[in-house]
Amino acid sequence: MTDMAPTSSSAKSWDSDETRANLKRRHRSEKRFRVLGLTAIFIALTLLAILIISIAGKGATAFIQTTISLDVTFAEQKIDPKGTRDQEVLRGASYGSLVREALRAEFPEVKSRKDLRVLFNLVSNGSPNKLRKMVMENPELIGQTVRVQFAASDDIDMFTKGYIPRDVPEDDRRVKDKEIAWYDQLAEKGMVETRFNSDFFTSGDSREPEIAGIWGAIVGSFYTLFITFMISFPVGVMSAIYLEEFAPKNKFTDIVEVNINNLAAVPSIVFGLLGLALFLNVAHLPRSAPVVGGLTLALMTLPTIIIAARASIRAIPDSIRDAALGLGASRQQMVFHHVLPLSMPGIMTGTIIGLSQALGETAPLLMIGMVAFIVDIPGGVTDPATVLPVQIFLWADSPERAFVEKTSGAIIVLLGFLVFMNAVAVMLRKKFERRW
Amino acid sequence: MLKKTLGMAVVATAVLAGQAEARDQIRIVGSSTVFPFATSVAETFGNKGAFKTPVVESTGSGGGLKLFCAGIGEQHPDITNASRRIKKSEVEKCAKAGITEITEVKVGFDGIVLANSKSTKPVELTKKQIFMALAKQVPVDGKLVDNPYKMWSDIDASLPNSKIEVLGPPPTSGTRDAFVELAMEGGAKGFDSLKALRKSDKKAFKAIAHSVREDGAYIEAGENDNLIVQKLVANPDAVGIFGFSFLDQNADKIQGGVIGGVEPTFENISAGDYGISRSLFFYVKNAHVGEVPGIKEFVAEFTSEDAFGEFGYLTEKGLIPLSEEERAKVRSDATNLTNLKMM
Repeated sequence: MTDMAPTSSSAKSWDSDETRANLKRRHRSEKRFRVLGLTAIFIALTLLAILIISIAGKGATAFIQTTISLDVTFAEQKIDPKGTRDQEVLRGASYGSLVREALRAEFPEVKSRKDLRVLFNLVSNGSPNKLRKMVMENPELIGQTVRVQFAASDDIDMFTKGYIPRDVPEDDRRVKDKEIAWYDQLAEKGMVETRFNSDFFTSGDSREPEIAGIWGAIVGSFYTLFITFMISFPVGVMSAIYLEEFAPKNKFTDIVEVNINNLAAVPSIVFGLLGLALFLNVAHLPRSAPVVGGLTLALMTLPTIIIAARASIRAIPDSIRDAALGLGASRQQMVFHHVLPLSMPGIMTGTIIGLSQALGETAPLLMIGMVAFIVDIPGGVTDPATVLPVQIFLWADSPERAFVEKTSGAIIVLLGFLVFMNAVAVMLRKKFERRW
Repeated sequence: MLKKTLGMAVVATAVLAGQAEARDQIRIVGSSTVFPFATSVAETFGNKGAFKTPVVESTGSGGGLKLFCAGIGEQHPDITNASRRIKKSEVEKCAKAGITEITEVKVGFDGIVLANSKSTKPVELTKKQIFMALAKQVPVDGKLVDNPYKMWSDIDASLPNSKIEVLGPPPTSGTRDAFVELAMEGGAKGFDSLKALRKSDKKAFKAIAHSVREDGAYIEAGENDNLIVQKLVANPDAVGIFGFSFLDQNADKIQGGVIGGVEPTFENISAGDYGISRSLFFYVKNAHVGEVPGIKEFVAEFTSEDAFGEFGYLTEKGLIPLSEEERAKVRSDATNLTNLKMM
């Protein structure tokens, strides 16, 4: 009983050489695993950093705009020769000629037709429209000379921001030597300025990168998500409640459950095809409208919401239900007075995550005509509209160099919205979640 | 509370959905090549203030014509853009749906360029060499074999000693259709055996001329031409295929290849000297004129000298204009809504 010989292999002493080697091996294995894990996190973080840095690096300049100030004479005989101040007359006047006059006055030495064409391209093609708006809003401008800040054309804007370098040969540069000379002349007089690009947030899409904005897409996204929420939230929550609290457990509900889980994994383009077949071809709803987009995305978001809602309803302990029923509440009262309010934080989190998924979706919208060039800001859910990710897609595909920064700028805004929505979801969970 | 919210939601949805009314906005679908031009015109047209800005969708030429030919009525588009001419089968399909009156408007040309990075020498190829570099099967010593060429210098000793690496659009793209038709088919005709085949069996000829090799020398780079430009800058040995407007915008980074001795310049494409260029069109549904406001005015805007003329705003976007006489003819045909005649 005193000394057990340490010969038998089954009962090794814990400090035998063999055990030590074994221990060492296990420690090494653990170390390796930790290093692997750390490397994985490091790779993930690096990729994320590359993404964010490249987007922010390219997109930051989208929020800055180059402007050229010019003294514009709102000559009465050009705008409203008869002096009637009629809205139609004011709208139809040639504001382009006012811009051209202003540029000519600044550079009287430019005479040839060809040079003038180049000169007139210093400022944005949207400039006449800006003057039209100014006069329509304030007809008293007519007859005055006012200094107006115009957006510079996209090439000049790219030049100011350094995307078009001065030192490449003239033939390879979209901004020619002459334009640079004029630009320098204006800059010396302090008429070239860079400022915060508020147009980017207030205007709709445009073919001119310098005046293109994302407001139309933001409004479109809002309407689309509004419809999505209005449909998918009540339907999703009601289905979850019924399935969890009322439905009998039988073959039928099992099939429903399996199908809901499958639906959550269906590629989004399939929902687009369904939307096309159902809402456009059968229901004859208008093409490109947020109402159709919203309905289609609601189909996609539904399973996510149902699954999240069921999980959070299931997490409510039975003691709550039993207490309510024991005090004489009906099942419906039990659900709406106790279970639903208590599970709301979880349901809301699931809903927000489903909606932020819908916010980033383009594929299903392709089929229902929401991938389109739309200038007017949509005024309702049946007006043609587009959404933020589609706007990004369209800009990324445009040849103009200046759309590169716009694309990244729009991505920054979209990411901002997504981060905000997810932060709200996290906050809701942190604040209201109860542990049982 | 919840009941109230739900009730409100249902009512709101019903009210909002009930708003749909007669369309007062032109709807345009079609080619992604014509898209930048059609949108420019749409925006200018909208800015003039008399009508709402038309909605332009980029669906591809084939997809656009399919939607266009689906029928008459406000749920169908009024105009479709195409980077090729409408096919006979499509005209028949339109006619079946009751669309017998179509106006064809030719808006200009688009050149397809083979370009590479500025840091190396420009490519200089003939159509025959393009076919030899990119076809799936090429005739060698009178027999068709799988494309054996790996290096440019394998094709012709005068070409650089580097790997054949061409980035181009996928088969769904209109640019690819036009490239295959103009460059590859043109090159295939350079072989006597294939030329003879074309006379005897056109289908078999097309199958050979239109098949692009799939062994990695031709890389499908997606529909995004900006991406191809970026890849070319990163890889000086690669050659890219895309529309002229992208070359125009990125002239500081990439250079256009010389095809058959002709450089892809604005002037050469416009004069018809450059070999790989195609015409761009749009088609108007005459039955919708008068039903949807502004169609006639939109066509007039598109065919105005300010837009598709030699110094119009569309040339700034990269459109290569028609000759002056042709413009005048197109303008008169378009504004009179002359019905399409298929040859």
